[in-house]
Amino acid sequence: MAMLKVTDLIVNYGVIQAIKGVSFEVNEGEIIALIGANGAGKTTILQTVTGLISPKSGKIEFEGKEITKTPAHKIVTLGMAHVPEGRRVFADLTVYENLIMGAYTRKDKNEINESIREVYQRFPRLEERKNQLAGTLSGGEQQMLAMGRALMSHPKIILMDEPSMGLSPIFVNEIFKIIQDVSAGGTTVLLVEQNAKKALSIADRAYVLETGSIVLDDEASVLMEDDSIKKAYLGE
Amino acid sequence: MDLVNSILEQLINGLRTGSIYALIALGYTMVYGIAKMINFAHGDIIMVGAYALYVFVGLLGLHPVIAVLLTIVVCSVLGITIEKVAYKPLRNATPLAVLITAIGVSYLLQNLSLLIFKATPIPFGSIIRVPSVKVGSLNISGITIVTLVVTTVSMIALTLFINKSKAGRAMRAVSEDKGAAELMGVNVNQTISLTFAIGSALAAVAGILFISQYETLLPTMGALPGIKAFVAAVLGGIGSIPGAMLGGIILGIIESLSKAYISTQLADAIVFGILVIVLLVKPSGLLGKLKIEKV
Repeated sequence: MAMLKVTDLIVNYGVIQAIKGVSFEVNEGEIIALIGANGAGKTTILQTVTGLISPKSGKIEFEGKEITKTPAHKIVTLGMAHVPEGRRVFADLTVYENLIMGAYTRKDKNEINESIREVYQRFPRLEERKNQLAGTLSGGEQQMLAMGRALMSHPKIILMDEPSMGLSPIFVNEIFKIIQDVSAGGTTVLLVEQNAKKALSIADRAYVLETGSIVLDDEASVLMEDDSIKKAYLGE
Repeated sequence: MDLVNSILEQLINGLRTGSIYALIALGYTMVYGIAKMINFAHGDIIMVGAYALYVFVGLLGLHPVIAVLLTIVVCSVLGITIEKVAYKPLRNATPLAVLITAIGVSYLLQNLSLLIFKATPIPFGSIIRVPSVKVGSLNISGITIVTLVVTTVSMIALTLFINKSKAGRAMRAVSEDKGAAELMGVNVNQTISLTFAIGSALAAVAGILFISQYETLLPTMGALPGIKAFVAAVLGGIGSIPGAMLGGIILGIIESLSKAYISTQLADAIVFGILVIVLLVKPSGLLGKLKIEKV
């Protein structure tokens, strides 16, 4: 059984149909990439899955339970975390406070402190800057904070929206390495990326999105060799 | 010596009025921070608080402490109700629609009170029974002492709540980014309700202190302190909590000094003149941050 299953999803923005009947599955332990050009609807899909946008029709199931109408603030308690596009860290809160916000729905203080230690271990830079306001961090550090904050909810699946956007090549490599680490730690990953080459290099499977529809899906290694993908997304 | 004394006296008066403005300004600034709207009905919560106290003490004869607590509850519930009924349906509407609605709620509250309590001013003696204190040649009234103590305690408690508690942190997160806060599991509607409840509770306290000083009830009594507290919030930087406290106190002192040494008639004009100057010179206010919209 798929961990996350999206069936015939249709999302409208006013009269414009942004998502035109998209279906996909994410199995436990996988890294799934959702690739496509700017405006293809990748972010809309993630925001619909986590309840920030309501779909017009379609079905979203998580671990066998329908969550299509579950409000966003309840989704995280089910074990799904979302690292939003543009990071959206709380700029006026300190790094530490941002991380604590990530554990908002958890009660056990000791477990939360344990998670903080884990995040600091994964991102030593965040520990160095724990009392700094998040708005003063560099883009790459903010991306780490956004990921750390999402991990603080102890998710079963983590949805990442354009984690490499606007980062220097060194940071991009670091972020992708961290995504692999997170995955190796047992967390399922749904990754939305414009950097298709990087995304395909770490993903198990991928879906290719074009103007609101999935046009192709396969093993990432197969897609890497696909001529149309090479031309359109890998710049070869 | 006389001049020094008189200035000190005016400063203390200003501090007293200013700390009441500060309490009210906190409501404006917190609601603005979280709901991005100016709640122009906020001043009328002061009026409702004053009338509620009158009903509980003057008409029902309850113990003042119980009456004060009930007054705070009444105003908090009213604040939550106003948000749910009038503002929540407009959360995605244009700011102008929300502004007009807030003014409408303000008139509704004033006219309801006019309907129930009529237009004749009702005299209502202070419930504060604290003797005045002599410091040197200065005489500080009991009401002044109570006002300063109550407002200081309220402001410290609020600051601790906002900065240290889980709910306070959630409020700061929601005021920055509702969507991201929701992704953390924060119930945004509940957080907005809580903000209105706290703002209205502070307005209730302000109303009680205000009526203890002026001892006359009028359906429109909340309008002027409400609008001055709004000026105080803008002066301090709308959205900033320390800004609202600072703005309120500065405004109270300026008003008191203007009344004493310039002209009683001109005092209000000076206060509102400050709003004009702030908007011209530093639109973000003394402690406000100019938000740069990132695209």
